[in-house]
Amino acid sequence: MVLLNEIIVVDPVSAGRNRGAIISQYCNKTLKLRRRRQTRPSIRDFSPSSRPSIRSYGMEGDTIDAEVSKRERLVNNLQNLPVSDRVRMLRGMPLSVAEKKEIRYVPRSHRVVFYLCLQPHKLTACLVLLFLTLAVWLSFLHSLQPWQTLLKRVSGRFGTGVLSYFLFLKTLVFFNVFLFLVTGAFLVLPQAVHPPDEATETRSFSGLELLTGAGSFSHTVMYYGYYTNYTLPRSSRGEGRGQNASALSSDSQQFSYNMPLAYFFTIGMAFFITCIILVYSMSKTFGRSFRINKSNSILTMKTFSSWDFKVIKKKSVQIMSENICTQLKELLAELTQKNTKSTFCKRFCRQMVHGVAWTICIASTTGCMAGVYYFSELVTMCTVSARLLSLPTVVSLINLLLPALFNVVAWMEIYESPSVFAYVAIGRNLMLKTSMLGVLCFHWLGRVCWESFVGEELYRFLLMDFIFTLLDTLFGELLWRLFSEKVLKKKRKPVFDIARNVLDLIYGQTLAWLGVLFSPLLPAVQILKLFLVFYIKMSSVMMNCQAPRKPYRASQMTTIFITLLCIPSLLGASVCVTYTMWSITPSTSCGPFRGLSTMFKAGKHWMKILEKDNPKLSVLSKAHTYFVENPFFLFVGAGIFLIVIYFHSQVVDGQRKIISLLQDQIQNEGEDKKFLINQLQSVHKQKQDAGKRLKSQVSHLYNHQHF
Amino acid sequence: MGTTASQLSKESLSEYQELTFLTKQEILLAHKRFTELLEKHEKDQIDARVPMGKIITLPELKSNPFKERICRVFSTSEQKDGSLTFEDFLDLLSAFSDSATLEIKSHYAFRIFDFDDDGTLDCADLEKLVNCLTGETNDAKLSSTEMKQLISNILEESDIDKDGTVNLSEFQHVISRSPDFVSSFKIVL
Repeated sequence: MVLLNEIIVVDPVSAGRNRGAIISQYCNKTLKLRRRRQTRPSIRDFSPSSRPSIRSYGMEGDTIDAEVSKRERLVNNLQNLPVSDRVRMLRGMPLSVAEKKEIRYVPRSHRVVFYLCLQPHKLTACLVLLFLTLAVWLSFLHSLQPWQTLLKRVSGRFGTGVLSYFLFLKTLVFFNVFLFLVTGAFLVLPQAVHPPDEATETRSFSGLELLTGAGSFSHTVMYYGYYTNYTLPRSSRGEGRGQNASALSSDSQQFSYNMPLAYFFTIGMAFFITCIILVYSMSKTFGRSFRINKSNSILTMKTFSSWDFKVIKKKSVQIMSENICTQLKELLAELTQKNTKSTFCKRFCRQMVHGVAWTICIASTTGCMAGVYYFSELVTMCTVSARLLSLPTVVSLINLLLPALFNVVAWMEIYESPSVFAYVAIGRNLMLKTSMLGVLCFHWLGRVCWESFVGEELYRFLLMDFIFTLLDTLFGELLWRLFSEKVLKKKRKPVFDIARNVLDLIYGQTLAWLGVLFSPLLPAVQILKLFLVFYIKMSSVMMNCQAPRKPYRASQMTTIFITLLCIPSLLGASVCVTYTMWSITPSTSCGPFRGLSTMFKAGKHWMKILEKDNPKLSVLSKAHTYFVENPFFLFVGAGIFLIVIYFHSQVVDGQRKIISLLQDQIQNEGEDKKFLINQLQSVHKQKQDAGKRLKSQVSHLYNHQHF
Repeated sequence: MGTTASQLSKESLSEYQELTFLTKQEILLAHKRFTELLEKHEKDQIDARVPMGKIITLPELKSNPFKERICRVFSTSEQKDGSLTFEDFLDLLSAFSDSATLEIKSHYAFRIFDFDDDGTLDCADLEKLVNCLTGETNDAKLSSTEMKQLISNILEESDIDKDGTVNLSEFQHVISRSPDFVSSFKIVL
């Protein structure tokens, strides 16, 4: 008869608190990690047990003094792992620091500081180094921990949801700082040090410039039109004005800086790197929030993971407890309610209401689009400074009022769940903002020196967006709180609408990305604006708002916001910029690309000149012609990408099936265990009864014999 | 400057950095806050213990209904009285930090929710847990029928081997499917 204790290597009950169980579990883990780092064990090494759950465990018995030997084996395993793995294993062990210190003992000779030396493939070390520097730069920025105490106060009072808005703002600041440093170093600085020869109309500075961006700002480094189209510095004064980039004077021995090329490559590289960073962070947050199975254990998850440990103010803790209680009661009520199948009539009515709501939203959006287009045609002819602000004001007003209309319309609809309601609200808001930006992009083409004008317009739009955020905070939060306290005599303060505020931030960032090609200093303006918005929103939230009453799924919403930042916002801006660079003729009288047929030609010219000087580099240009400009390559690339995605989705499907199979298996093994224990007990009882009967029979016989 | 015991040596600092998920600044801040809780004569001792009553006066734990459980789980004292040394305090902050893994967080969450320390969450543990969550006031409590229903639903959803209790693996399985757990199981000094 096999004793059950010997088969179960890690008893899940005791692993909850038993140190020995934890040590033996991690001994197995480190052994597996060591094996994985060296060679794959062959199938023959696995014992052919019919119970797959114990197939990969060694069948050695876990005897009493095994803990000591397991400990020694764990220490040995840890010492033989590379440093990074060892640190990761040690940190991940749920033991106390004192116990970890004992396990960790490592002789001095093993200490290696820089883990790159242990990398087997030195060929990839260069790539790794490049990514390391990028990562170090980002972590340096993060470690500066600006606003740490303020963020802690917000999370202490309002929880994770409102904190995610401010963290998103911080992320945007980092992106803009990066953009500003790149454009500042490569574009603004060289041009500011070598101002162009053309006589500039010096206008005096009046305060209006800060609002309109025009006036004395128009012929400065702020806008595209100021930048020169020749190599800096100019070697001789006698050169004519119409010189284009192809006739470079290469006989100057000084440091030469090709402005058009620099402009083209800087903007291109900045967008490319921002894209990579954003896609990387998007994939990280997506990985954290994506779950294979749509889980139906809502109650359990609510009970175990709804307590937000970050909240520390007593009042907010009380509110949170009340919220959890309400949510639990609602979920329980939903479960007990018999699922009444709604009649066809009811469902039809609901769909009709949805249809009407969507029609209203789309109609209002289209109406506003047409209105903005005609208004912009009217305003085009205008050059008076103050009237230039009218278009941005109108657009910002529409962006403020129309979402309120969408909210009112959504009140009359019935949704299956609050998250669907949130997604629909975000979708409508997004539709409005993208259509506004689309109309504006369409309107901006076709003026003399249109690039500078577009830059100025975007500056004005950014500014108006900021002013309206201020007004919205003032009216939406401060005045509403005063109104509800004094007039309505209610104790409820307004709730901070996280989704709407995040979408406003994304809109502002889209404007900044659209404008960076036309106004290289726009990221600086955006940074200033974000700083001010941070402090204003922070003080407004602390003074006027209360903790949210509805459940807010922070990680899902963060994923959605980063995705929205990447796909419509950055992608849209990059598509516009790429289209501008690829096909639109730059204006002939201003800017670094005057005289060329497209901005892209600056890069091509440079390639041709390089080829002339170094014939070996013709390989590069041929590669460029065959790969980048050949649509066949793009199709093949896209096809491979789709195949990889399909492969991964099939793997995920398979994993889902395995999960359900394993759950059934665990249940079966639980029943097996119960059955075996019952069998043991009954056999033991039978033996006892047989023994008792034998004893009584023997004593009976004995008595009988004697008497 | 102060004596050597009241300041962390460089070696201990780097050792703590390797063994926990905390950064250097976080460890130094933890040391500062911990020594504020010590008595004057204890500040020179290396392994000084702070009693539970003082730890729960920290503003980060003061209003938390799980504060006593947290102290007891991370305490390594022989008397099981919930007192913490500096290393226990670091363990606490490390498990609740930003970079701790899901495994560590779910392990310690399980131990915090296991009110009777028997290694499983049975009906009594779950009832105490729900009462902590919903608060102390009477009108915010669940009625006994609602409580029974809630507990039976939880066990139905998460007890895979049907033994009437939730053990560590089942708990970790449920937690792994909830993406909000990691962001809510955080305490920052």
